[in-house]
Amino acid sequence: MNPERIAEHIPRLRRYARALVGDQYAADDLVQDTIERAINKRHLWRPGSDLRAWLFAIMHNVFVNQLRSRRAHPEEALDDDALPAVMPLDGVQLEIRDLQAALALLPPEQRAVVLLVGLEQLTYAEVSDALGIPIGTVMSRLFRGRERLRAMLTGAPALPGLKVVK
Amino acid sequence: MKLSEDDLHAYVDDRHDLERRRAVEAELAQSPEDAARAAAYREQSAALHALYDPVLGEPVPERLRNVRASGRGARYAIAAGWFVAGAALGWLAHEFAGDRPPSRPSFARQAAVAHAVYSPEVRHPVEVGAAEQEHLVNWLSKRLGAKLRAPLLTREGYELVGGRLLPGDSGAVAQFMYQDAKGKRLTLYVSRLAAENRDTAFRFSQEDKVAVFYWIDGRLGYALSGEMPKPELLEVATSVYRQLNP
Repeated sequence: MNPERIAEHIPRLRRYARALVGDQYAADDLVQDTIERAINKRHLWRPGSDLRAWLFAIMHNVFVNQLRSRRAHPEEALDDDALPAVMPLDGVQLEIRDLQAALALLPPEQRAVVLLVGLEQLTYAEVSDALGIPIGTVMSRLFRGRERLRAMLTGAPALPGLKVVK
Repeated sequence: MKLSEDDLHAYVDDRHDLERRRAVEAELAQSPEDAARAAAYREQSAALHALYDPVLGEPVPERLRNVRASGRGARYAIAAGWFVAGAALGWLAHEFAGDRPPSRPSFARQAAVAHAVYSPEVRHPVEVGAAEQEHLVNWLSKRLGAKLRAPLLTREGYELVGGRLLPGDSGAVAQFMYQDAKGKRLTLYVSRLAAENRDTAFRFSQEDKVAVFYWIDGRLGYALSGEMPKPELLEVATSVYRQLNP
């Protein structure tokens, strides 16, 4: 695989990482580790398969490893200056900041699914592949994550015991 | 039938075919609570794009452009510099080359970048499809705080694909996407302007491969972008302008 093909995906990897970890530098660290690992393991990539999904899968593994090693350290406060420029309209600005704060409060496994589906627009099957979890688990994390976000953003109570009906 | 959660989320994510979507819409019409949830989840996705899409246009930091293989893989190390910023957006590279902060791109350039980012999307070119045109136009109008319309370009050979919400200099920006029978795409970028501007005549800008006609009309700025010769784009732009100013 030509590594330039990985370069094409950097902007989207950065977008997902920024949403996933919040802080710009931590997010770029995650992207850097992901690219490094992808280059080292590029002989494992199956030609013809979706490179982007493969990169998201690698990023997920790196992210999970980082979470594990960070458990020992206290959570760092979100740096307010690190927030990206927001829209200047009053109401919208509030909404956007709230979303970012609410996102940070989601359990990481739900946050990942909500972002891969809603922001990166991966199919449910692609998310299942990237995270290495069954599709039923993808869906239940998606339901819970979105409902929890809605509850945080509107102040409404989340639907109790949201059922997964097939 | 009781609407399943799978169905509701697949509806939110536009993963149903037309028939199934209609069935879900019928169910939602019966259940205001589910309809409110579906709307809230859609808003979440739109807000995520508004919040994080700007990252796509940021210059890629040096350290990410020059990542090399490490450890045992080091013998595969690649010459520094192959990670060129914005390779995906090829022509963006020269604007963002080097580490100086990029100057604020012009309106036409922002429209061209949005065109270049979204028009090649095969699977998800839009957030809301043309099948839900009324919802699409109402939603984007609400977010921009101005009454929008999606012009009809059938006579020019283009059908509406749908639209999406994007962040811009002075708030939310709407992008409508059109496509002809061969799959060639046009985007109409509509931005609410911060201050009252004088109306302008058509202006033209060639942003590398993307041709852009743009103009100001009251409190809205419009830009029509496409990878096509100027006269061809002008014909469509004229039609758009006439329809918006009957």
